[in-house]
Amino acid sequence: MDINVKELKKNAFRYSKVRGETASRIRITGGKINAKVMRQVAEIAEEYGDGTIFITNRQGIELLGIPMEKMGEVNEKLQPIIDAMGTNQEERGKGYSASGTRNIVACPGEELCPFACYDTTAFARKVEHEIFPNNRHVKVAFTGCSNDCAKVRMDDFGIIGMTEPQYDPDRCIGCGQCVKYCEKRSVGALRLVNNKVVRDTDLCIGCGVCVTYCPTRAWTRSKERYFRLTLLGRTGKKNPRLAEDFIRWADEESITKIIKNAYAYVEEYIDPHAVEGKEHIGYIVDRTGFEEFYKWIMKDVQLPEKAEVSSHMYWGGKWYDRSNELK
Amino acid sequence: MGFVFSRDGFAEVIRQLGSRYRIYAPVLKKGEGRFTDTDVVRYDYVKNFDEIELEKRSDYSFKEILLPVSGTLFYFTEDKVTEPEMDDREILVFVRSCDLHAVKRFDQIYLHNGQERDWFYERVRDRLKFVLIGCRESFDDCFCVDMHTNESTDGYVFSVEEADGEIYSDLKEEGLRELFSGNSVREEDKAPAHVETNKIFVSVPDEVPVSICKDKVWDEYDSRCIGCGRCTLVCPTCTCFTMEDIYYSDNGKVGERRRVHASCMIDGYSNVAGGGEYRKKHGERMRFKVLHKISDFKKKFGYQMCVGCGRCDMVCPEYISFSECINKVDRAIRSAEDGKEAQA
Repeated sequence: MDINVKELKKNAFRYSKVRGETASRIRITGGKINAKVMRQVAEIAEEYGDGTIFITNRQGIELLGIPMEKMGEVNEKLQPIIDAMGTNQEERGKGYSASGTRNIVACPGEELCPFACYDTTAFARKVEHEIFPNNRHVKVAFTGCSNDCAKVRMDDFGIIGMTEPQYDPDRCIGCGQCVKYCEKRSVGALRLVNNKVVRDTDLCIGCGVCVTYCPTRAWTRSKERYFRLTLLGRTGKKNPRLAEDFIRWADEESITKIIKNAYAYVEEYIDPHAVEGKEHIGYIVDRTGFEEFYKWIMKDVQLPEKAEVSSHMYWGGKWYDRSNELK
Repeated sequence: MGFVFSRDGFAEVIRQLGSRYRIYAPVLKKGEGRFTDTDVVRYDYVKNFDEIELEKRSDYSFKEILLPVSGTLFYFTEDKVTEPEMDDREILVFVRSCDLHAVKRFDQIYLHNGQERDWFYERVRDRLKFVLIGCRESFDDCFCVDMHTNESTDGYVFSVEEADGEIYSDLKEEGLRELFSGNSVREEDKAPAHVETNKIFVSVPDEVPVSICKDKVWDEYDSRCIGCGRCTLVCPTCTCFTMEDIYYSDNGKVGERRRVHASCMIDGYSNVAGGGEYRKKHGERMRFKVLHKISDFKKKFGYQMCVGCGRCDMVCPEYISFSECINKVDRAIRSAEDGKEAQA
């Protein structure tokens, strides 16, 4: 059997421990798929695989037990799914054109969730459209609010929805529920002064809990959508770490541009000897310094006036290459 | 006398009325609902007919015009008291039939409840006139028919409803005849539409025995209700307020007295000196509210307080239905009576 394994992997098939077998990796951008497309996925699993469907951590789907010689046929069958998801592709009928840039994760977002501050799936698809296909190993995740159900702080680029609470004192009865719920469910940025609410604008994380719990509509959401952008979280062997805040009160356009810009930086600075051309951006930044990364990603980015950018970026996490000791 | 208008024709009527009256009506506030990209319909000052939401029921009632959510009664300095400026114009308020019936409840409490008439209320009330919005269809949680508030034959200046791209109006005030006939397409008598049946039926008990206070019917609300008070804040017949004297922080001798909406469902309502709280449990608060609406008010004034607008059902974040609670109370009373008969 003669198979170009590197091509196989780029084509979104998996290298399996069972010789001659592979798995097909289907991208479900933002984790949302309609039932009709899901049935088509199930049909491929039954016709070409062993009937097992694996739901991945990044909201993708892997169809297990596919004989390698069936990859061409599977790719043809994937076409309606790729079309339905609107995934960019270099050549029709040939399956996915890359697998390095991972499936973009999103929480259910405003369509379902009372706390979500924006349409996570729509934003995920917009960014996917800008950056995919690409072989560089980049992880992007979207979460609707500061609860971070999508765990975006494990990703290279984490987008957290924010709203700027708008307060109408004439509709406020001073019931104190926003103060209570901000304290219990969020950060405690509100207090009552003379029976009206004062918001600590620096402490406020824009989660919108006050709006959700206000019984009179004294609190409402800002017409503008805002986002917190977190950078360069990762899992893995050497230095797993959580992402750090880069910008708060950012806008959709700037974030899209920043993520897109990161690819040029990777091309410039990636370790030329990286195995299979795969290196987490964070490790590249550890090498070049954040200032250089900043220069590349902020190219042509016009942040709105309200946006605040972190002046220094430091990450934590354990360096296993330096110490494997327990405390 | 009835008139039929084009939308433009009626818009002209509203425009001209706007110079004589301050007009308040349900307005759809885009994106101002609880959740992202959800709306709320509440009362606001309008200038154009297009601003008025005639389709949807308002989430919050007209009562905010009579009793501002948070209103300053007067400002005080060391020895002087000043009242806020007030617009002298008359006020037109667009309401549905249930709400028009609710006005009677408000007047009952603020004007005809003991010797004193509420001066601050009366000052606004005297300027108020109503426009009746006809109801061609019932909303999902309305129960106006069983509360006998589904129809209004008087108490309004004119009515308005939209059907087949035209506006129907029943004019009651002779003084507006010229304005109406001048802008209408034709004269045609149209009684305001009202619904004859709802999707929700309630059986309000004729007599509510004291024993219901101890019934287990209230227990489920101890855990289900979160005590947010939305049900009472949207209610067109809840009249409670609280008073606050506010002293400005940079000059403690100057301040204002405010009257703000209060709710028997919210923490603090039944607090007394010494740290006591009469109705701590949410089930007890529910009992107090429900029995006031369907029994206590009636004992004092001879008619039901609740008008069946259904707003409390719609707004409850915990899906507690007031109408269903009335039915649960009714069933509890009936089964207690059946038990007694069986024993006899």
